[in-house]
Order: sequence, then C-alpha cells, then structure tokens
Amino acid sequence: MTDVVSSPAGVLDKPARRDIGIKRRYRAERRFRAYGIAALSFGLLFLALLLWSVVSKGYTAFQQTMITVPVEFSEQIIDKDNERATDPQKLMTANYPIVARNAVAKALGVAENDTAGLRAVNQMISNGVRGQLRDMVVANPQIIGTTQTVSLLAAGDIDSAWKGQINLDVSEDNRKISDQQVGWMKQLAEAGALGKHLNGGIFVNGNSSRPEAAGVGVALIGSFYMMLIVLVLSLPIGVAASIYLEEFAPKNRLTDLIEVNINNLAAVPSIVYGLLGLAVFINFMDLPRSASLVGGLVLTLMTLPTIIIATRAALKAVPPSIRAAALGLGASKMQTIFHHVLPLAMPGILTGTIIGLAHALGETAPLLLIGMVAFVANYPTTPMDPSTALPVQIYMWANEAERAFVERTSGAIIILLLFLIVMNVGAILLRRRFERRW
Amino acid sequence: MNMMSEAAVEKALDKKMNDMSYKMIGSDVSVYYGEKRALFDVNLNVRENTVTALIGPSGCGKSTFLRTLNRMNDTIEGCRVTGKITLDGDDVYDKEIDVVELRARVGMVFQKPNPFPKSIYENIAYGPRIHGLARNKADMDQIVEASLQRAGLWTEVKDRLHEGGTGLSGGQQQRLCIARAVAVSPEVILMDEPCSALDPIATAKVEELIHELRANYTIVIVTHSMQQAARVSQRTAMFHLGQLVEENDTDKMFTNPDDQRTQDYIMGRFG
Repeated sequence: MTDVVSSPAGVLDKPARRDIGIKRRYRAERRFRAYGIAALSFGLLFLALLLWSVVSKGYTAFQQTMITVPVEFSEQIIDKDNERATDPQKLMTANYPIVARNAVAKALGVAENDTAGLRAVNQMISNGVRGQLRDMVVANPQIIGTTQTVSLLAAGDIDSAWKGQINLDVSEDNRKISDQQVGWMKQLAEAGALGKHLNGGIFVNGNSSRPEAAGVGVALIGSFYMMLIVLVLSLPIGVAASIYLEEFAPKNRLTDLIEVNINNLAAVPSIVYGLLGLAVFINFMDLPRSASLVGGLVLTLMTLPTIIIATRAALKAVPPSIRAAALGLGASKMQTIFHHVLPLAMPGILTGTIIGLAHALGETAPLLLIGMVAFVANYPTTPMDPSTALPVQIYMWANEAERAFVERTSGAIIILLLFLIVMNVGAILLRRRFERRW
Repeated sequence: MNMMSEAAVEKALDKKMNDMSYKMIGSDVSVYYGEKRALFDVNLNVRENTVTALIGPSGCGKSTFLRTLNRMNDTIEGCRVTGKITLDGDDVYDKEIDVVELRARVGMVFQKPNPFPKSIYENIAYGPRIHGLARNKADMDQIVEASLQRAGLWTEVKDRLHEGGTGLSGGQQQRLCIARAVAVSPEVILMDEPCSALDPIATAKVEELIHELRANYTIVIVTHSMQQAARVSQRTAMFHLGQLVEENDTDKMFTNPDDQRTQDYIMGRFG
C-alpha cells in the first residue's frame, strides 16, 4: 500500500510482474525427474545384467548330453551264476558300469582286449549309469539277456565339452579329455548316438559329486518342508501377536519396549538366528542336525518380526470408522476384530507373509550353522531327516571345481528365482482377491 | 395416514414428552482425556420419544457427552468418565452393565457414513445376527426389509440388496447406517452430526427420517447447524467450553433463550 501511495505513477503503469521463481521451480522439478529416471535406469540395468548372467550361464543346465546306444544286458556280467531268484542283493550290486562301457565300446568299435581304450571309454560315461541301469533291471528283470536301446548319461567333462564349455584348442595335457575321446565324441554325434536331451534329473536327483547326476530334488523337498513349517508356525503366531499388540495390549512402557524390540529383530543379521537355532534347538533341545525341522524353526523365528510388522501395519490401516461402526452396533471387541478388521487387513497380512516366506526361502546363512550344508543324496522322508535347502545347494555347487557345476549353479539359481516369482505373483493375486474398497 | 391422525400422533408424543419420562439421565457427568478435562459436571436428561439436539461451538464437549451415553468413549485411550448416567434407571457405567448390551440398546450413527464394505443386506443383517435376533432366514429378510423401510431406503435399494453398501451415494449410505442402527431395535439412537457430510437434499431426507423415527425411538443428535436443530428437535441443549449452558424446549431456545451466551451463539456472535 505504501508503495502505491509514494509513487503515484505506479498506479497507472502496469506493475512489473514479480519474479516468483517460476522458471527455477520448473528447472528443479525437471532435475528431480531426471534423477529419478537415472536411478530407475541404473536399477533396471543391474537387474537385466543379473538375469542375463544367470540365464545365459544357467540355461544349459537344463540340457544333458547323453549317449544313446544299444545296451546288451549280458547275463554273464549281471548275474553270472543265476542267483537272482534267491539273492535279491544280486541285482542291486551287479557291475552295471561294465555293461554300459561295453555297449559304448561296441558302438565305437573298441576291441575288447584294448584295456587303455576301454578305460578311456569308461571315462566318457557317467558313474550315474550304475543307478540308471540298475533301476531298469530291478524294475523288469526280464530284460537280462536282451539288448535295449538306452540313453546313457555322458560324463560331466564330455557334457561340458559337447556344450562347448571346454576349450579344446589347448594342448591335450592341459585338459581333462583326450583327443581320442574328443574324436569318439564326434564319431558318436555323427552316428546320431550322442546329443543333448532335456535334463529332468536336475529337478529330481539328490546331490552328487558327479555334476551330470546332481540335482536339486533333495533341496526342493527340504525347502518345501521348511516353507511349510514356517507358514504353519509363523502365520498364526505372528497374526495373533499382532492382533494382541495392536488391539488389546495396554499402551505402556513394556509394550513400547516390545514394539521397539520387534522392529529391531527384523533387522538382526540372519546368521545370528542360526547361532540361536544351534544353541537352542540342537544343543539344548537335542533336535537332529541338518533336519528341515530345525531349519524351519530357525526361519520361523527370522520371519516372525516381518510378519508382525506387516500385520500391525495392515491392522492400523483399517479405518477407525469401521471399528466404530461395529462397536456402535454392540459387537464385542473380538467380534469387531474378527468380523471386520481382520478381513480388511487380510491383503496386507498375506502380502507380508508371502514376502516373509520368500525371504526365508532364499535365506542361507542360518542354515549353514545348523548343519544343513550337508551332502545329502537321499530324499528326506520326514522333516526330521537330513536335508538341504535350495540356496544352500547353490552355495555348495558354487564351491565345486568341475566346469559342469558352474552351469548347474546358475540352473539352480534359475529354479530358486522361479519359485520366488511364483510366490510373488501369488502374493499379488491374493491381494487382488481380498482387496475391498471402503 | 391422514393429516389429522398425524397431528394426533404428534400431540400424543408431545404429551408423553411433557410427562417428564426421562429415558436417560446424566448427573454431574465429567469427562477427562488424560489430564485434560473435556466436560464439567453436566446435568442433562434425555426425554423419551424426543429428539434432543446438542449444539455449541466446536470443541465444546457435545460429541463427548453424546459418546458417554453408549460408552463409545471407552475405546479412547486415557479417557475417564465420572458422574452418573442412567438408562431407564440403570447406571450405564455400573460394572453389572455389559457394554455390548448397552450398545445394542443405545445405537449410534456417525458423522461420516461408515457402511461395512459388504452388501447392503449384510450391513443390516450383521447387528441382528450377532445379537441372535433372527431365528431363520425369513426372519432376517423381514428385519432387513423393515429396517430399510424405516430408513426410507427400501424402494431405492430393494433390487440390489446384495450389491456393495459402499456403492451407494453419501446420503443413501447414511440412511443405510441409520437402518443398520435401527435393525438391532435400540431404544435410543445417538447421532453425531449425521448430516455434516451430506448435500442439502440428502440432509432433508435424513431430517425427515429423524422426524419419523421419533415415534419409536429416543434420539439424541449433535449438530452444528442451528437450522437443523430447530427443524428436527423438540429439546435443545447448548454446550460451551465443556459446560452445559442451557437446556430448554427448542422453540423457546431459538426465540427467547434464558442464557445470554445461547442468545449470542444462535445469533452468530461467537462459535
């Protein structure tokens, strides 16, 4: 006002527009958007790199080189004295690798008295053929004495060489397969006897020191048992604890302390939970080592804070007007919570639970401490049996020396990632299904 | 129903009101939120089959008083009530009185329409179901229909009873909430600014509804609108700074109040 009075000319002239920094504000906004896009691109780039590196290394793990030849199930070798009717162990302990070796040698035209040649042929086929042929014979003893066409597992080195993962240009002394074996490999391939097949074994086999026979079957079962235990224990305990803390517990020092501790527990390094599990479940409660039961219990402890935090947030997000409406109608507190609040909080609770489960599925460190980092070749029948878990299996394979384990490590990572994707999609679908607007 | 009989009903109701049959009696009611005192020794009686309006500037304690009547304040952390409130002579804060039963007898309608995110039918049926008021499906259907009739919503929603209650308009939602309160057959209905979130047409419908409900229920309504208080209530109580300033017949209150502060508030001099 004083300005106008002191300079009467200003009243007539159109006053100069104040600079309120419009341009500066827009510039700041553009800058901020650019930062955001840059950050996002950076993240996406690394995600793409990660996926590319895993998939490009790992997809070959789902293929397995096999040698398809007519195999003569010679009675001479398998059951020379015809004891199989009286001694059931006979068929279990027969020398099946010789059967396989002879079959491949015959296909290659290696003479029966060429010991060095036969040894080289033997190196081309996996020791896993013992189980493969034994299972065939035990299932159907009539095939003894006949000739069947069988796809035999090739040895890990042949598998790697055929997939081009071994450099064949280096001198013969510096690689694990000889020039002769490379020649045979090509000869078999030309005859159509050697080729890549779908590797079902990686999904069902137990662990093995021979990469071509190794699989994540045991790890899958172990992880499945653990997820089941985590779900069955942590969901009810977590939800009950959250409901009590959120709806019933008095707000005082003690509950504040509990709340702070739960939030801190969610940030405790997982290996600490492993130590706790080792001390409490194995040393004190005397539960078996390497068992998925113990693994599940440890992961339950680790998942509980996540579920409690997510559930409390979901309960808090239910509008107070819904509680007031139910209470105003004469519903008891319990009825209000179970009829109205909990159903509305369900999407949040389920999302939190599945995120917690996915976290537990990928957890390795605590499992190492309770002995799940064991070499387990046999399927666990109960959660009390020794078992291993998917991420631990990956960790163990990553430590193996053979070239063929590199692709299997990546292959197992792909399997683990697929499970995580399935769980996350499940979380999204459940949230959609339960989501209600109010 | 013709005009004569309606007038007769009105007259009968007014007579009943003047018989001084108090449905709820509040004596020396004080409410504390932690250290803060929100109500100072309020003595206010609620007459049967009467609409009692509670008016006053924001923060004067009228909603607080309303919420003491069905103990909704119990849900607020650190809230303490002293004094005595009776419903038909029973002390509602007595240990013998179950708060669930009390709220079934003293229903409540809130400021913002808050239907459950369920179907219209389920919204109404919930109260009767938890209190076991319906023996079978037919009973329940009957209660739902009657409640929606009472709330003047039946003709509008009878073809979509199983659609979501939240899909209705704001005014319909509020009437649904009233129907929901009516469904448990309460004796008293408390309304906390039931029209503040509604447009004038929806407000008019709710006011009309309140007027009709008076025949069967005792109603206590908190409102910010003087006109609304004048339109719907027979008795009006004016609160200021946590104290009851004046309680009187609505007609007298708006023409010749006893207290200067009431006069000032109604004239818009403060508040």
